[in-house]
Amino acid sequence: MQKAFRNDAFAKVTGKAKYTDDYALPQMLHAVPLHAPVASARIQKIDVTKAATMPGVVRVVTARDIPGQVKFGQIIKDYPILAQERICSTGDVLALVVAESRAEALAAIPEIKLELEEMPALYDPEKAMAKDAILINPEHGTNICNYHRVRTGDTQAAESQADLIIEETFTTARVEHAYLEPECALAHLRPDGVMEVLGSMQHPFSTRRFVASTLGWELKDVEVKTVPMGGGFGGKDDTAAIVCARAALCAHLTRRPVKICYSREMSMRESYKRHPYKIEYRMGLKQDGSIVYVKVRIVADCGAYCSVTPWVTWRSTVQCCGCYNVPNVHCDVYGVYTNNVFTGAFRGFGSPQVNWAIEQLVEIAAEKLGMSELDFRKKNMLKQDSITITQQKLDTHKVSLQEVMDKVLLEIDYENKRKRCSFGDPKADKWYGIGFAISYRGMSLGAEGVDFNSAIINVQPDGSVLLETGIHENGQGAESAMILIAAKELGLQPNRIRYRMPSTSNIPDGGTTVASRGTLLGGGATTNAARILKDIITEALQKHQGQKADSFTDGMILDAKGSVICSWEEAISLCYSQQIYPYAFGVFQAPRVSWDEELGHGNAYFTWVYGCQAVELEVDAKTGKISLLNMVAAHDLGKAINPEMVKGQFYGGMTMGAGYGLSEEITLQDGAVTATNFHQYRVLRATDLPEMTAIIVENPDPTSPSKAKGIGEPTLEITAPAIANAMYRATGIRFVDQPIKMRKQ
Amino acid sequence: MIIVNGKSYEIPTDQQDKKLSEWLREDLYLTGTKIGCDIGVCGSCTVLVDKVAKRSCKLKLKEVEGCQVVTIEGISPSDSELHPLQQAFIDAGAIQCGFCTPGMVLSAMALLHKNHSPSRDEIRQALKGNICRCTGYQQIIDAVELAARTMYPPNPEE
Repeated sequence: MQKAFRNDAFAKVTGKAKYTDDYALPQMLHAVPLHAPVASARIQKIDVTKAATMPGVVRVVTARDIPGQVKFGQIIKDYPILAQERICSTGDVLALVVAESRAEALAAIPEIKLELEEMPALYDPEKAMAKDAILINPEHGTNICNYHRVRTGDTQAAESQADLIIEETFTTARVEHAYLEPECALAHLRPDGVMEVLGSMQHPFSTRRFVASTLGWELKDVEVKTVPMGGGFGGKDDTAAIVCARAALCAHLTRRPVKICYSREMSMRESYKRHPYKIEYRMGLKQDGSIVYVKVRIVADCGAYCSVTPWVTWRSTVQCCGCYNVPNVHCDVYGVYTNNVFTGAFRGFGSPQVNWAIEQLVEIAAEKLGMSELDFRKKNMLKQDSITITQQKLDTHKVSLQEVMDKVLLEIDYENKRKRCSFGDPKADKWYGIGFAISYRGMSLGAEGVDFNSAIINVQPDGSVLLETGIHENGQGAESAMILIAAKELGLQPNRIRYRMPSTSNIPDGGTTVASRGTLLGGGATTNAARILKDIITEALQKHQGQKADSFTDGMILDAKGSVICSWEEAISLCYSQQIYPYAFGVFQAPRVSWDEELGHGNAYFTWVYGCQAVELEVDAKTGKISLLNMVAAHDLGKAINPEMVKGQFYGGMTMGAGYGLSEEITLQDGAVTATNFHQYRVLRATDLPEMTAIIVENPDPTSPSKAKGIGEPTLEITAPAIANAMYRATGIRFVDQPIKMRKQ
Repeated sequence: MIIVNGKSYEIPTDQQDKKLSEWLREDLYLTGTKIGCDIGVCGSCTVLVDKVAKRSCKLKLKEVEGCQVVTIEGISPSDSELHPLQQAFIDAGAIQCGFCTPGMVLSAMALLHKNHSPSRDEIRQALKGNICRCTGYQQIIDAVELAARTMYPPNPEE
């Protein structure tokens, strides 16, 4: 076993690592939220008189106390930091009680008296889309939060050429990120007038914008620092930033440090979930097995607030036909406001939903045509230089779908095992099934946003190195990957490099650490910074010693013949003695992407990754109990920087994906989340899982300076459909709705 | 009296009903004990009570009177050295966000007290009460196996 490298492992395994709630400041106050009791109402009065006099209470804060903007958002500014006139969801916060202790703040919450005028609520996106529906966000003018489409070829003409037309509707579940650490923020006003915020969040720069907007301050006056975060998975973006903004608001109003630490119950009630989708497909096929056209309509429930719904649903739009050649496409995608708890970013970001559907649909099609699911995929899958449905030619990197699929199916012995499948054999007590799914995924943000990142390498006079990037440690090992990339480029041991505690005031805004872009973007910036630094050192050696450096290896600087010029430390001493700073600022700008909203055409992403996963399982014919027996995954990630951590992404993603297929579901009652804690929301545990096999496929990416692409999300996005396909072969039943529920026989 | 990581503490009468987890974190500043659910189902707050893994959020101080409590801060031989189980977690890549790690290490420790060479299924059973949302558990199980081999090397003559 190759040992894993992590810069933060020692602190985490000894309990020394300090997460936000582990910090305390002198005179610190605690704030807790009052959540809306109903999903839709007009607020007539929030009476805080009695609550404000409760023991220990310092202040009760409502929307009226907000000096800046009440509403903010990354795309549409529709999210009230505190609800003002209208309640749109049971996750809305109406007031914050700030007290000397958390217990005192909690005790005062029931003393806030509300006068509300309940309004009709809309919980079904289809009803919310109706023309006469009441508007949830009147400023937006419609309940359709956003719309994307693809128009490629001519689906009407194609319909007449099809030998077979299949139709199917799929639904996907609303699920919880279930990061183990609930939201937490600690804000304090520094003597220099800066509002400093520590928090559990994965987008410090967005958090800074939320804080600055709420306070009505400039960005320079807010500094967000990140400390270890107990899981995010896309879920510590908006809600986490909002909690930070509220803590800063309370700190501003009370002039004392304020901590807001959510209980699991508060977190589950308020935090955004994964968008549930309804996906209606119509697919036309030729008898020879080729796909002629796809018509698809997707409705995503975005809940009461936009969050990043337009971006999530855009990825679903681009990838609505899966990794297949489809010459004629008619795709309509709607993000729809409802009074449900809102939905937003979640590992996978719009791809797990469409993969759930399309990876089952291709198998339904294959079976109807009398083809094997394997041959059907081989015939239709995207290959080198293929043109995607958005008219992007896949010619800038290796298209490795066939390779990842072959590796997984060989490892799991698919062709032999599929003969053993039970298909609900009435004579059997246990039903066996095997299934797989494949995908491609556009990397990083694509045409969703501006995509660049930076890194600073600052070599100290003793030769030790400080590194920072605009990428955030979400727990995935981002800092470790950056250190390894810098160490390799500079020919140093990783222990010579320290990753600086990140701060939004140190490094330029590098965007969010989502979209599996950490290693790709941050690693690219780190590589470029290291190369600039080497140029600086090389120039110094040339100018002052007349020697031509050629490579940096094992702490030494070598010439072209491989002879040692000097040690790293000697070179750094030379720089400082000659008034040259061994300091480099590196930038990686993602190659240009393009998008035409009208047609849904463009080079949506600058590079793509390819993956395949297969699952074996067994179903107890009597009880319906599903047992996973084996899971195998292969993903082409360009280059594995830290292989053991890469495997951790494989196993963790597959586990989360299996939960998505089998057990996880947030149900709502009148728009409110019914599960209050982990006893009512079932994430998979160690005993629910089989042994997993991770096959790392490396086709170095020419567009990536470090040659690495990414791995965080691909590992999650095809596990659930692989399970659904295995379930079909075990039971003979197609499970088009999530999560899979076996009825007792 | 409660002994925590070898040190004795007298508990005032008015503190008897306090949660062990809260006391460890807020009074003793032993913040390695994490709170994930606070209802005893996630395992993040696991500590050892007389060598048995227990959820500290479900225990009141009066319930551990006279007991030896060990938290994650109490298992390393010194400030700079690691327990073999901790080293195994690092080497096997069992750590991601780290929030479950203290509880996982202590649940594994309790298992290894009783069983020096657990099977992978036995390890899964022992860690069933601890949620990890990052790792899919596989490398945590690898780590416990690795630690068992380091702590209790198989006798080659057997």
